[in-house]
Amino acid sequence: MYDTGKIIPGLLVFVGLVTFPIWYGFVSADGHLPNPEKPTKAKQCVESTEFMRTSHMVLLNDWRDNIVREGGSRHGKTADGTEFVRSLHKGCMDCHTSKRKFCDECHTYAAVKPYCWDCHIQPKEAN
Amino acid sequence: MDNSRRKFLKIAGLSAIAGIAAPTAFNGLLKGEAQASSASGGGHGGTGAASGKRYGFVIDVSKFARDKGLAQRCIDACHSIHNVPDYGNKKDEIKWIWTDGFENVFPDHSHYKKNADLHDAPILTLCNHCDNPPCVRACPTKATFKNPDGLVLMDFHRCIGCRFCMAACPYGARSFNWRSPRELDAAGNYKYIKNPKPEFPTRMRGVVEKCNMCAERLAEGKIPACVEEARGANAMVFGDLNDPRSRISKVLARKFTIQRKPALGTHPSIFYII
Repeated sequence: MYDTGKIIPGLLVFVGLVTFPIWYGFVSADGHLPNPEKPTKAKQCVESTEFMRTSHMVLLNDWRDNIVREGGSRHGKTADGTEFVRSLHKGCMDCHTSKRKFCDECHTYAAVKPYCWDCHIQPKEAN
Repeated sequence: MDNSRRKFLKIAGLSAIAGIAAPTAFNGLLKGEAQASSASGGGHGGTGAASGKRYGFVIDVSKFARDKGLAQRCIDACHSIHNVPDYGNKKDEIKWIWTDGFENVFPDHSHYKKNADLHDAPILTLCNHCDNPPCVRACPTKATFKNPDGLVLMDFHRCIGCRFCMAACPYGARSFNWRSPRELDAAGNYKYIKNPKPEFPTRMRGVVEKCNMCAERLAEGKIPACVEEARGANAMVFGDLNDPRSRISKVLARKFTIQRKPALGTHPSIFYII
């Protein structure tokens, strides 16, 4: 093979550049997994952690349609019998008081931009 | 002319189908069954079964004529709890409840020589929460709908800002957000919403809004904010029109009342004692 000395280093540089986004994620400090703040106020959420992790947006839509359109109850009960308000502001944000430490933690990581706070007024951040 | 038998039969068949289909389509429209949105319910389900309630107001105009500041206090009570923006100009104005002259509120009833009191008395007016609401028929996304308690409500999430409902409403009860209600001033506060209430969302640019008869307060067992404000002067009565024992039904049975533009057949739930 001719020009082995140029081709092999050239290939290595090329592969390095192409895979840059992958190893950069591992190397840089930003590669940490999201860690949303756990509330201290309540032990149990309205549904299981797995359900909330994957389907909290579905739950919020269901609450909204049920309350606004079908005249559903504004109150619910968790599995252990604790009462809660079925409301983003008066329910969710009552325990998860910080949008920045809870919502944004995952949403920023996953690069999703929900439009909740375009209209709903977000709670004041403590610091 | 090369009219084959085949061609003749085709034309005859199509004409027959058109002849049968056209009257059916017309009848559907004339009977008022047509909705701007397709299949009832759609992705967000229908509204729940009717509760048999129909909430309404009686507004006593003479009480408002006696206490000139009362109407404004009712307006402020409503607009402050619902984060209604005040843009400071008539063109962009958002109003859930407002006052207008007698001849504007009751064009059917205005006449040449009328009671002097009525000339300058501002008449408080708001969404009529019609029993047959034209806005609901016009809405292509079912963002506006009639809830089980007979309130005409909006789901702001679904409003696409087409403003068909504004064209359909004969009372001008709907306002459009031509600009963002959440513009900030230099200090980082909302420029157009003084003392925003976090319990109630604001709207965004491109969304229609109107009175919701304080559905969020009714759910907590409270009465609408304007009625609460006017309660001292006994100027407004709120209640279930379908319940013959409710106070509003008794007032309506005793007093002569008028409605806004009754000839349109919208069946308003707001009644006025003149």
